[in-house]
Amino acid sequence: MEMLTLDDVYLSYHTKSGETEALGGISFSAKSGEFISLVGPSGCGKTTVLSVIAGLLKPTSGSVILDGKTVSAPSGNVGYMLQKDTLFEWLSIEKNVQLGLKVRKMLTPENKAYAHSLLEKYGLKEFAHSLPAQLSGGMRQRVALIRTLAFRPKVLLLDEPFSALDYQTRLDVATSVTGIIREEGVTTVLVTHDVTEACSLGDRVVVLSPRPAKVRKVLDVPLKGDPEERRNDTRMNCLVSEIWKELKT
Amino acid sequence: MKRKTISPHEKYLLGVKKNKLIIKLWQFGILAVIIGLWELLTAVGVMDAFFTSSPSRIVTTFIDLASGGEFFYHIGVTLLECTVGFAISMILGSLIAVLLWLSTSARKVAEPYLVVLNALPKIALGPLIIIWVGSGAKAIVLMAVLICIIVTVISVLEGLCSAAPDKLLLLRSMGANRFQLLTLAVLPSALPTFMSVIKINVGLSWVGTIMGEYLVSGAGLGYLIVYGGQVFRTDLVMTATVTLCVLAGGMYGLTALAEKLIKRRNKKRSASQV
Repeated sequence: MEMLTLDDVYLSYHTKSGETEALGGISFSAKSGEFISLVGPSGCGKTTVLSVIAGLLKPTSGSVILDGKTVSAPSGNVGYMLQKDTLFEWLSIEKNVQLGLKVRKMLTPENKAYAHSLLEKYGLKEFAHSLPAQLSGGMRQRVALIRTLAFRPKVLLLDEPFSALDYQTRLDVATSVTGIIREEGVTTVLVTHDVTEACSLGDRVVVLSPRPAKVRKVLDVPLKGDPEERRNDTRMNCLVSEIWKELKT
Repeated sequence: MKRKTISPHEKYLLGVKKNKLIIKLWQFGILAVIIGLWELLTAVGVMDAFFTSSPSRIVTTFIDLASGGEFFYHIGVTLLECTVGFAISMILGSLIAVLLWLSTSARKVAEPYLVVLNALPKIALGPLIIIWVGSGAKAIVLMAVLICIIVTVISVLEGLCSAAPDKLLLLRSMGANRFQLLTLAVLPSALPTFMSVIKINVGLSWVGTIMGEYLVSGAGLGYLIVYGGQVFRTDLVMTATVTLCVLAGGMYGLTALAEKLIKRRNKKRSASQV
């Protein structure tokens, strides 16, 4: 079943100096529970694609269909995770995790318990009452993910969520975060400029062209297992260089 | 060898302590020297106590005034005017700032007005104030409010607009409306700005109150200063001025203390729950 479909999405920005075409007809879709990686040259409009899916930007033409409904405004069906963890430093970890529930006015005991169970499941229970400043970068990123999962979004959008971390932490956090996502079975769209990361996390990789962004190619990732196993797979290099070729031309 | 050895860290802490003590000594020393010199020079006749008053005369005047009880009435009047002016400007100013934050167009429309009103020396409105609200405590409070409120609006608005765009984006993606953005992200982010505005206004409301009392009043410390000046009683002027220093300093100290307590409580709350 298709959870998310982008159908020929065009988007132009208007500024005083003129009109900029950011997206030039993007189409792809994701099945329920699928993990899609979006790669493209920098400044090609990857983040714009996510904003359109989240309903923060309206496409000039074309449509985004999420779980059978056309997206026209932020609906709360989408969990958006940004590059920085964006935890609210004055709220405890528990309150941070409940933020989406609060915004959507779904702060029921059951939902609170679910949010708490996620913290417990992923080893953050003892920090429930700590402030974000007391946690390491990797832990904060995990809290940010749990925050987006806590209100049970249908689609998870990740905008380069690991690029602010140092290399070693990045690998660890990528592994644990994708572990959580796979475990919870949420449909996910990841934006990254790191081709290896795209291949080691995603089921499919969508390669975008420079601006105005079009879909250049969609590749199935034949690798299995967690990100570390995939990185060590001999087919990885082949796949990465194939994508690089697409990006360069 | 029985000498107690101290670790480098203890040595460092000792140094910090010593440094703090030296600063305090200097601070008090300078005050003591000023008071001492003032007293000495007026006593030997280098300075004329008729013009400059003297510490001992200030103390006698203070005791004189205090025993009459009227002095505390003047202090009370000024304190009340100052506190009311402060409270009104904080509440009204913050409210206006929030309303302006809610509407970008209103903010843009209001901008030139705020700039001009901020630049205008509010004392110029004195005569108008008297005509509009009469020459009582109302006029004094109004003067204090006029002086504080524009700065409050401008500073609080700036604090509200400085909320991290990331946080707003995140909340919007969750479907938050503008009111939720305000309560969940914008107001908490503006808390430090709010604290500093409070501190600024504590000072400014004193300026406004005394200015107002110069202008119209029949009671209060400002009135005593003007009156003392007119009848050439420098002792009275100096005593009222020193009292003003102590009160303004005390009020500032209270706000600083409150800020410290709030910060400590937040820290404690998070630390105790680790």
